[in-house]
Amino acid sequence: MMKVTGDKLFKILAIVIATSALAILIITGYTLSAGSMPALQKFGLNFFFGQQWNPVESREIFGLLPYILGTLATSGIALLIGVPLSLGIAIFLVEMAPRSLSVPISYIVELLAAVPSVIYGLWGLFVFRGFMVKYIETPISAYFGWFPLFSGAPGGLDILTAGCILAIMIIPTVASISKEVISAVPNSIREGAYSIGATKWEVIRRWVISYGRSGIFGAVILGLGRAVGETMAVSMLIGNATSFSAMPTSLFNPGQTLASLIANGILDATSSLTYSAYIGAGLTLLFMSLIINVGAHMVMTRVFKDKGGAIEQ
Amino acid sequence: MNTKYTIIIAIVAIAIIACAVVAYTYNSKETVLLYGAGASFPYPLLSSMIIDYQDSKSYVEINYNPTGSGAGISALTDKTVDFAGSDAPLSASEAEKAPNVLHIPETIGSIAIAYNIAGVDTGLKLTGKVVADIFQGKITKWNDPAIAKLNQDISLPDATINVVRRSDSSGTTFIFTDYLSAVSSSWENSVGRAKSVEWPVGIGASGNTAVASTVITTQNSIGYVELAYALQNDMTYAAIQNPAGNYILPSLASTTAAAQAIASSGLPSGSESWSHVNLLNANDANAYSIVGFSYLMVYKELNVIDGMTEERAIELVNFLSYVIHDGQDLASDLDYALLPSNVVTLNSATIRTITFNGQQVLK
Repeated sequence: MMKVTGDKLFKILAIVIATSALAILIITGYTLSAGSMPALQKFGLNFFFGQQWNPVESREIFGLLPYILGTLATSGIALLIGVPLSLGIAIFLVEMAPRSLSVPISYIVELLAAVPSVIYGLWGLFVFRGFMVKYIETPISAYFGWFPLFSGAPGGLDILTAGCILAIMIIPTVASISKEVISAVPNSIREGAYSIGATKWEVIRRWVISYGRSGIFGAVILGLGRAVGETMAVSMLIGNATSFSAMPTSLFNPGQTLASLIANGILDATSSLTYSAYIGAGLTLLFMSLIINVGAHMVMTRVFKDKGGAIEQ
Repeated sequence: MNTKYTIIIAIVAIAIIACAVVAYTYNSKETVLLYGAGASFPYPLLSSMIIDYQDSKSYVEINYNPTGSGAGISALTDKTVDFAGSDAPLSASEAEKAPNVLHIPETIGSIAIAYNIAGVDTGLKLTGKVVADIFQGKITKWNDPAIAKLNQDISLPDATINVVRRSDSSGTTFIFTDYLSAVSSSWENSVGRAKSVEWPVGIGASGNTAVASTVITTQNSIGYVELAYALQNDMTYAAIQNPAGNYILPSLASTTAAAQAIASSGLPSGSESWSHVNLLNANDANAYSIVGFSYLMVYKELNVIDGMTEERAIELVNFLSYVIHDGQDLASDLDYALLPSNVVTLNSATIRTITFNGQQVLK
């Protein structure tokens, strides 16, 4: 009897804990929606597609487009740079490195995930920014400055630098999860591939990655989640532009993300409309994260037709 | 063995609790706690004053939380603090929500236009109109004729101007945009004056420190910072033309001169509205033009604040009196401008009007 009650109790406890995650999401969504109503009612769709952000009393107008695009741009750069590097690290650690090397390196990679973002921000501001200006942005600007994506004076506090820091910040997450996924690929798969004469590169590309792709995709989505929501390091490096000047037209221009916009302004938002607009930016950020996550799950189930690791060539 | 340890632990625990209880009762009998919150600009000065003041009055403990001018005014409106600090006076709408608040200017801020141009170590001269055009993105090159005309003795580079400004909401931005609105109608019409505005151009950095370090590390940049930060970071800053036509560098003396000149032509009394008061463009040959008061604010009748007692009221008023008199001796060492004597006189009169339950506090 005693055992059954204990089991029941545990079951109830587990259900409560599991539903509390859902409850937190719903409560957050509700609070943000209710808080952003004044701004949404006043500006309608222009709140999402407008380009101006003016908190000056009696001139208030709020539009989020530059910051939504800025968030997408920096996260996109982060994935573009961070994912190949992370996969390289994961493949090296599992498939190539001797044990004496793979254990300390994977330990260090995991340690990087625990570094607070303000540290990345400070390092970015005082070290990485100078490197970017001197060795990346100035040469590119000199030779390709005519190309719209590289126009403007390279100053180091811009979308490219913020994207690169984000790339560095998501590497530990993506690399360590990908590493677990790749090491979970059964050895029989590798042995089978080698036995029909595949080279190491072919084994990794066609069998190992393919077998673990849904797991790797999940790792990328976690990384993207961190990149979209990152605040501290981004606001220290992105240049915090506002309104029209924040449109991400060039990699060398200052920009702004939704998260950095909120961090910069909400503490002193005195008028209720301004406050509501910042809450609305938070709601938009929440929805962007939800869309990314739901979208990722749909891609995983539909496009990959994933059935628990089965390979379909 | 076990019992022995238990007894030792119990004795230690009882001793700690006893000490805590004794300390608590001792404290609650003796210490007078006062709370303030608001502007971060005067914080280094205020905290030095508080330490100095507590040295002579050990039973008084004053906490000032530098949360920003806006947050300080909100806290005073909600009556959760005994006094607030703000770099901007109460606006008409704020004064409606917090009636009968006294304005006590406790120090003066001035804003330096700091720059970093390769090869130009000193001597840049600017007018308010040119500064407004630079921060509006109308002047984009350092060798623009409008700048070159004012600086014929300096060779300016053909380089894009990197504008640096605050990304957070701040009293410094309020004084700066208030000045730009006063000197440029185009600025007033398209951007306006506020603690946070819609910047047409520029890199945003959070806080005076970050603006200073961004200007220092960015070639061909210009930014605005509180004078104290410009002095402490050894920055180069521009001389600005004042209404008398002189190019004046910001300094503690030229800041005090501005306040002196404006105060001598008349300031409201502490209980009147200060919403229209500014120290910009003072009419004095040696005054710097981009200057503003930083205020301490208290209720005229202190019993509106929960938990106010006569004892606390007396200590609060004594502290305010210290801030505008003896406390000013600390200012120049910390790179803050001295209050001119006519403002001190005005403040003394204001502090005398503070009451508790209808009785004048300072006798």
